[in-house]
Amino acid sequence: MNAYRADQGGRVERGASVAFSFNGTNLSGVKGDTLASALLANGIHFVGRSFKYHRPRGIMSAGTEEASALLGIDRGQGRYDTNIRATTQELFDGLKAESQHCWPSLRWDMGVLNELGGPVMSTGFYYKTFMWPKSAWEKVYEPIIRKSAGLGRAPRAFDPDCYASRYAHCDVLVVGGGPAGLAAALSASHKGKKVILADEQAEMGGSLLSDTGSLINGEAAQAWLASALATLVERDNVTVLTRTTAVGYYQQNFLGLVERLSDHLRVLDADLPRERMWRVRASQVVLATGAIERPLVFAGNDRPGTMLASAARTYLNRYGVRVGNRPVVVTCHDSAYLAAFDLANAGVGVAAVIDVRDDVPAALLEKAGRLGIEVLGGHTVLAAKGGLLVSAIVVAPVQAGGPARTIDCDALLMCGGWTPSVHLFSQAKGMLSWRDDLGAYVPGRYAQNARSAGACDGRFLLLEALNGGDAAGAGLSDPISDTYTVAEETHSSGISLAALPTSAKPARGKAFVDFQHDVTIKDIRQAVLEGFHSIEHIKRYTTTGMATDQGKTSNLNGLAIASEALGRPIVDIGLTTFRPPYTPTSFGVFAGYSRGDLFDVTRKSPTDRWAEQHGAVFEPVSLWRRARYFPQPGEDMDKAVARECKATRASIGISDASTLGKIEVVGRDAAEFLNRMYTNPWTKLGIGRCRYGLMLGEDGFVLDDGVVGRLAEDRFHVTTTTGGAARVMAHMEDYLQTEWADLNVWLTSISEQWAVIALNGPNTRQLIAPFVEAIDLDKEAFPHMAIREGKIFGVPTRLFRVSFTGELGFEINVPSRYGLAVWERLMEAGAKYDIVPYGTETLHVLRAEKGYIIVGQETDGTQTPDDVGMAWAIGKKKPDFVGKRSLERPDIVAPNRKQLVGLLTEEPRTVLEEGAQIVAEKSASPPVDMIGHVTSAYWSECLQHSIALAVVEGGRARMGEALYVPMPDTVHTVKVVDPVFYDASGERLNV
Amino acid sequence: MLLIKCPYCQQERAEVEFSYAGEAHIERPSDPAALSDAEWEAYLFLRSNPRGTHFERWYHIHGCGRYFNAVRDTVTDNFVRTYPAGMPRPSVHDIDDAKT
Amino acid sequence: MVHFSLPTLVGKAFGKNKGWPQQWSKPEPKKNYDAIIIGGGGHGLSAAYYLAKEHGVSNVAVLEKGWLGGGNTGRNTTIIRSNYLCDESARLYDHALGLWEGLSQEINYNLMFSQRGVLMLAHTVHDVQVLKRHVHANRLNGVDNEWLSPDQAKAFCPPLNISPKARYPVLGAALQKRGGVARHDAVAWGYARAAAALGVDIIEQCEVTGIRRGADGRVAGVETTRGSIGAKKIAISAAAHSSILLAMAGIRAPIETFPLQALVSEPIEPAFPCVVLSNTVHAYISQSDKGELVIGSGTEQYLSYSQGGPLHSVEHTVAAICEMFPIFTRLRMLRNWGGAVDMTPDRSPIIAKTPVPGLYLNGGWGSGGFKATPGAGHLLAWTVAKDEPHAINAPFTLERFRSGRLIDEAAAAAVAH
Repeated sequence: MNAYRADQGGRVERGASVAFSFNGTNLSGVKGDTLASALLANGIHFVGRSFKYHRPRGIMSAGTEEASALLGIDRGQGRYDTNIRATTQELFDGLKAESQHCWPSLRWDMGVLNELGGPVMSTGFYYKTFMWPKSAWEKVYEPIIRKSAGLGRAPRAFDPDCYASRYAHCDVLVVGGGPAGLAAALSASHKGKKVILADEQAEMGGSLLSDTGSLINGEAAQAWLASALATLVERDNVTVLTRTTAVGYYQQNFLGLVERLSDHLRVLDADLPRERMWRVRASQVVLATGAIERPLVFAGNDRPGTMLASAARTYLNRYGVRVGNRPVVVTCHDSAYLAAFDLANAGVGVAAVIDVRDDVPAALLEKAGRLGIEVLGGHTVLAAKGGLLVSAIVVAPVQAGGPARTIDCDALLMCGGWTPSVHLFSQAKGMLSWRDDLGAYVPGRYAQNARSAGACDGRFLLLEALNGGDAAGAGLSDPISDTYTVAEETHSSGISLAALPTSAKPARGKAFVDFQHDVTIKDIRQAVLEGFHSIEHIKRYTTTGMATDQGKTSNLNGLAIASEALGRPIVDIGLTTFRPPYTPTSFGVFAGYSRGDLFDVTRKSPTDRWAEQHGAVFEPVSLWRRARYFPQPGEDMDKAVARECKATRASIGISDASTLGKIEVVGRDAAEFLNRMYTNPWTKLGIGRCRYGLMLGEDGFVLDDGVVGRLAEDRFHVTTTTGGAARVMAHMEDYLQTEWADLNVWLTSISEQWAVIALNGPNTRQLIAPFVEAIDLDKEAFPHMAIREGKIFGVPTRLFRVSFTGELGFEINVPSRYGLAVWERLMEAGAKYDIVPYGTETLHVLRAEKGYIIVGQETDGTQTPDDVGMAWAIGKKKPDFVGKRSLERPDIVAPNRKQLVGLLTEEPRTVLEEGAQIVAEKSASPPVDMIGHVTSAYWSECLQHSIALAVVEGGRARMGEALYVPMPDTVHTVKVVDPVFYDASGERLNV
Repeated sequence: MLLIKCPYCQQERAEVEFSYAGEAHIERPSDPAALSDAEWEAYLFLRSNPRGTHFERWYHIHGCGRYFNAVRDTVTDNFVRTYPAGMPRPSVHDIDDAKT
Repeated sequence: MVHFSLPTLVGKAFGKNKGWPQQWSKPEPKKNYDAIIIGGGGHGLSAAYYLAKEHGVSNVAVLEKGWLGGGNTGRNTTIIRSNYLCDESARLYDHALGLWEGLSQEINYNLMFSQRGVLMLAHTVHDVQVLKRHVHANRLNGVDNEWLSPDQAKAFCPPLNISPKARYPVLGAALQKRGGVARHDAVAWGYARAAAALGVDIIEQCEVTGIRRGADGRVAGVETTRGSIGAKKIAISAAAHSSILLAMAGIRAPIETFPLQALVSEPIEPAFPCVVLSNTVHAYISQSDKGELVIGSGTEQYLSYSQGGPLHSVEHTVAAICEMFPIFTRLRMLRNWGGAVDMTPDRSPIIAKTPVPGLYLNGGWGSGGFKATPGAGHLLAWTVAKDEPHAINAPFTLERFRSGRLIDEAAAAAVAH
């Protein structure tokens, strides 16, 4: 039995011991403990060190607001987590926890030396020094600062866990499973609404879990909780999610909820995701997120053993743990007395209640008296003493001059009032309003369909929570119903303080506002002194509220102190924005399933499997993976490509062009539509003929290209680039639907419907002839740039006679499901012609030998048709087409634009680097006047010479000129030539 | 994630089904050749970019494939209404009605 | 102005840190100024500083509608680099980078400028072509940028996943060693302090509601929430709100405003030594001196001033980070926020005179403005003082959208065609 475990009470199972270790020491807790409650049961408060001064810190809360007790938890195999709040980590057998941010050990931490520099290390000190000598910032100061910063250990291994996500829709989403949330879920589900109820804790119940005295409808609070939960679980229209935090509230009632599925388990199931992101769209949201108790600001308020009063009560009532044997309570609010009374009732000797208020309610005084608790009204705390645990506090009357008195203690429980948790309300863009009586912001005007109930709405009574939740869940117009009764509940009230008054002059010791970042009251005052008057400036200058708790306990105290220092009301200095996530949330659960192969869709062509089986090396091209080359044993890319190129020009090469975008343009006005979308003229294109089409954006720059075949008077088969397919479709639809709705045209994407097998080489006609039906393949009957419909291997085909290589070529379109079969038949039949499969790399070489551009490689969105030598593709007689007007702008018609040319290196075996720059002067030092760049460069096996395409200023007027390509270590000399390197007359095409 | 009502599908669908297509009611000039460079620039590039009510276009790319118009507040991101392409720009009166 | 130094810190410490002066004073607006700068972000404040310091124009007011640095200055991911492709851009951003080097000392404010290197990843053959084009062009422009193999990239940034089996494998990377990060808030505060010391009035909580013009068409002053203020010259440096302010002078601009999100992780020990950008998977990342991983995403698709964004974009960005750096999946996101950026059609800024005499614009920086802060302010100050652009910002006009002389970094960036 743990030394500090009460004999009875709480929701833990005392008989079920749970072993764990802390900084290597073996300890035990019981089933139902959190790590924090188990540590406290063992009498351990001191668990960590603060960020800046490395001061010893204990456990300050019992929930997600914890700013101090952050531990590393190691589950092995890459499962190491930093900054875990001991207060929310459920205990499991074998849990290993360790302190962080201390060296060499928690007890003997060298970092405490930082505090010696204290006054010099005043707020923002790093903006004012470390500047000399200049180079020392990066070499000396920054590395030291970086090393001393950062709370948790850096990850070192892969995370073996997986993460899940799902969508959900509901009528009412209830966030928070305390009394208000439960009542809301009950009334909403009673009306037949589809309800999701989510709570961040392991158990539903919120404040009810540590409520041992209240009677709801005559029933003990925890008994009511049990039956309420049973009712909800029984209802089919309710989803109850524990361990689930609403982390973000987005547009139109869309919320992200993170459900933690395995961090509390001893044994991990390999198939169980660690966490799940619920993406919930709710018709209505009920926020029942409760409130967080505020610490008090006084000298030494960070000694281990100091915690929120309600936390001490929670540890006692929920976990059966006494946080000390002689606690002292400091408060300005009635609610702290509940902790004192419960502790006294459990046999703990409460040293005293120090109440800053002169007028302590008589009922509280009377009850304290009955329990033998001394109450010092009108008193304040001058200092808290102790090293690794608080040992005494020095108190004195608020009215200066009274005698100071030292009270020994082993725990210090503080209460500075309550702050409604309006984080989600605020994330949803609601407008907060200030309540002077509460000293806090509460929900004001809602921006979305949501309601708040209970403490987060500034209604702190259990009765108000229940009836407020009931009304919100049922959608009543009144904020509160009268469904529930609660016996003998009295209003709890208090005052708000920026800091405890102190007569010590000057105030000694540090009074902390932000416990994790070590921001003190003096820091905030200094920031104000230095002219940081907006709360955002104060936050950023002092870093208050920017730690892992994001200011859950510090923001309002910080505001109040700034307000005092500025002499202006709190509402005048603004409020920092509440940002998602509500609590720190793993990257893994945001990524969800989108990891590894599922990070992005991979589109595969019909022959992908064949290519894989035949050793293809792939490359990603937009969403596709395409075979880049097919190496044979011992071949690298250069050798494979040389072989593929040679084979294609010698006999037959086969490649998969299925990734090309394909759009069928149909209708009476199809030709007119294409006239407007492409630079080329289409009206006179004969049926069964093809034409190369060039498409511009309205800005006049090349957007896409492809071959267009006319199947009938009113039917065109348009092809696009692989990456441009969706963009071209959207572009066409846009003009058709919104500018030229009068045209009778339909557009259908047929990219997925047709597999495309490109055959190139002098023997292609002979290869396919035996298998083609209903198409005359004769060179006159089926000339270059023509399209025919028929069959191949008995399968319907749209057969294009086109070429992107300069050889006799056919692109065999067959329905996608036949793509692989036709490919395999062609490989089989092609064996006697030494058919060779080739990939994108060979494709690029072969087309570059012919000077054919690739949109996106020779162009980058700044080229006009003339720039790439395609003025011929512009239908001169057309009055208009998309982009035409832009071609007449002054800088587009200006001379000396960059134009497409070919380059030959002086040294034939030197292949230029794609992206290399071109200059006119051989030797020059930067900045050098660059006149162009290399867009494509390859070794041409057929020409036995390297070739390159480039864009060069005034390039077409420079034919034969020598230019230079400077590399880091050398300069290549190149000659400007026509971009067509191979078969300029096109004889090989027209065979 | 915005929830957008496609006026053709008559359904509210998630933003990921749609792609944004810029400011609405910018009609392509019927005779671009007749335009000055300044007028053409205005058509191509100049936009109202308001803080508040914005008339804009969306493309139901992963749905019905139709372009439509929307009125949205660019500060709150709330949609006031959506309507088919080609319909006239709603009046301020219509928009106020829809907001209330 | 009290000189910041270690001796000063020690001296003030002896005075219990009660003797610090305001870093910038809080004057009431005067009736008239020689120049008004609208927008108290890094750009506007630095313009005011350089106007006073280099052009002797110190009768200047910076008008900020909220708090200094509250717009994109305080919301960005603080990446600084100059390895842009177009000659004009490279000159512009390298001018800024040159000013960054030594700026802490010049304005006596530690901006924590850290030249830890910026790595831009290539995931496809197309990316390789594009980034190598950058590397070559930068070298010849005298801008440092070098090509790294995947192994070299891994050596420079150990958490990087260079497995060839990755969905988007790393095929190489461009590294600018002089690139890095700086402490964003300090940039605004440091310039404010330095400008105020030279006599510039910094006026917060002062929103401009109108721009007044004289009978001759020239600007005459502004209407604000703190009254009417006269000015001979007015410079707009208000990022996402450029269009709104230009409209007050009757100007329609080629600018639209889009949301952009960023996030930080919980602070951890040093785990990430440099800055990594990937255009292909849309994410960028560095680690702050405080230990937080600072991560940025791409812009949202729709126009918005909401300074917020949807969950799915954040999910995509984090997934991209986990894809590039798989050991980070168990780290936790601490804070996620949004900003609003002003985009031009060619994704390059405008620092120029406007058609209205006496009105100047510095805007259209998109998501890249922070890195240019000293340069933008320096060039804006020049343009305002001399009523003509400096050679470096001369190409960044409003007129280029009419003439077609675009400076298209968007096309040049790895936008897959």
